[in-house]
Amino acid sequence: MRNEGARQKIGFGFLLGATLFVVVPVLAIIVLIVVKGWSALSLEFLIAMPRDGMRAGGIFPAILGTFILVFTSIAFALPIGVMAAVYLSEYAKDNLLTRIINLAIINLAGVSSVVFGLFGLSLFVVFLRFGVSIVSGALTLGIMTLPVIITTTREALRAVPRSYREVSFSLGASRWQTIRHSVLPFATPGILTGAILSIGRVAGETAPILFTVAAFYLPKLPHSLGDQVMALPYHLYIMTTQVPGVPENYRYGTALVLVGLVLVVNIVAARIRSRIRRNK
Amino acid sequence: MAKFRKLKEFVIEKLIFASGIASIVFVVLIFIFLLREGVSVIKSTSLGAFLGGRFWYPISDPAKLGILPLILGSLLVTAGAILLAVPLGIAAAFYIADVAPAKVRYVLKSGVEILAAIPSVVLGFLGITLLVPFLKHTLGLPTGLTALAGSIMLAFMALPTIISISEDAISAVPREYKEGALALGATHWQTLTRVIVHGAMPGIIAASMLGIGRVIGETMAVMMVTGNAAVIPTSLLQPVRTLTATIAAEMGEAAKGSPHYFALFAIGIVLFLISFLINLTADLFLNRGKKR
Repeated sequence: MRNEGARQKIGFGFLLGATLFVVVPVLAIIVLIVVKGWSALSLEFLIAMPRDGMRAGGIFPAILGTFILVFTSIAFALPIGVMAAVYLSEYAKDNLLTRIINLAIINLAGVSSVVFGLFGLSLFVVFLRFGVSIVSGALTLGIMTLPVIITTTREALRAVPRSYREVSFSLGASRWQTIRHSVLPFATPGILTGAILSIGRVAGETAPILFTVAAFYLPKLPHSLGDQVMALPYHLYIMTTQVPGVPENYRYGTALVLVGLVLVVNIVAARIRSRIRRNK
Repeated sequence: MAKFRKLKEFVIEKLIFASGIASIVFVVLIFIFLLREGVSVIKSTSLGAFLGGRFWYPISDPAKLGILPLILGSLLVTAGAILLAVPLGIAAAFYIADVAPAKVRYVLKSGVEILAAIPSVVLGFLGITLLVPFLKHTLGLPTGLTALAGSIMLAFMALPTIISISEDAISAVPREYKEGALALGATHWQTLTRVIVHGAMPGIIAASMLGIGRVIGETMAVMMVTGNAAVIPTSLLQPVRTLTATIAAEMGEAAKGSPHYFALFAIGIVLFLISFLINLTADLFLNRGKKR
């Protein structure tokens, strides 16, 4: 018996060690980026154009480009994703079609990000002649992020109690009226969570925008959906691998802005989600 | 008025149905548009020479388009990553799901979620600035840009997937199993290693497979730290080039309509099929776990 107690201690110690081996580097990464990037942060860094072959000045065009891509791609993907979740949660029967849809969602979530880039290049840039532009990039990113929106929204819709629907039906409401007035309002926070999570995903992705929208350097800000943009993740990539002589804190500063954006977005999403779970 | 409402609802419900099947449409579109450009590769090389060719010299004349070095590069980096990430991830999942007290669990889960949220290009940046020089010095290598560096980066990127899906599977094991074992006098550790492991196994296998899927498809971090030499690798300590990195690095330069351009799309088809197979199998395991 005593032997078993010792074995348990060693076993749990090993599991704890493994967990710390994963989590401690994560905290170290965040601290490192904040510490090393902090000195680069200034108003100029955030709102000015790059200077000296992108070795000085600000990263404003990249920040703006990322915001544009986030909003355009979510504007495209959110309605489709929410309606798809409504279909799966409120209309779909347990049949072959539903099974195939679920499989397609899983596959869409598993496709390599660079393959999305190829797809966007082939369909939007070349075939539909949208060119290397915000439209092409936003559609590519939007399709990539659909699974996130669909699965979180579906979870939120399923959490709405059945009785809400039954009361609505019993009062003579049609199926759509029921969804519109008795289901969707209660699922809003969950839908918001999905949208916010996909913002984080879209903001950080590099490979899908490589051939569809991202520009190495643009002297002017974009002014139509047919323009190219610079974007934070791509900017960090070229700062790191393509442009020699960029000061280290400039790189860390760019990483800090990107990670900060993504983490804030994820924390907000986590807050909303935990509030929903508490209210359940 | 009622007629108008009916028409409106008819249109809305059709839109909802259309969105419902949109995922299928997009997956099919991806496949079609990869094929559309990719099949042309057989005009310049046979399928066997493409998949089994030992030389990737896309811009020599005539171009040599053998992707065997790239396939082996991807496999090597993936194998290294999986050897690191699967044991670590499963151990961490057990600790988080079954051992840690509630408050500690919350902190650990947040840590894993943060890791999942960090963009791959940021990890690649840290890999190239910190990990690569570290490997070069400690192992005395001519360059730190190696398959090993890629494996370490990718292991970290696969961990959140492996941990969270395994953890779900472990938590989903019925309480009665655990309580029964404890009531029979088993220690917590015995319960965990002999009872819970069995109940959670299909989910853990699925988690590992999805982790592999994540690793094979990862692009930016791996392109930044592996050195991108398109040669058949013989050890983890030399530069390699993966399938994904090849597409990302070369598509910008490949002339549209050239054999090189078609070959990059053909690599995309290979990647698409790999991820399709992995997800299909993982889904089978997950459903088997649920049915029990």
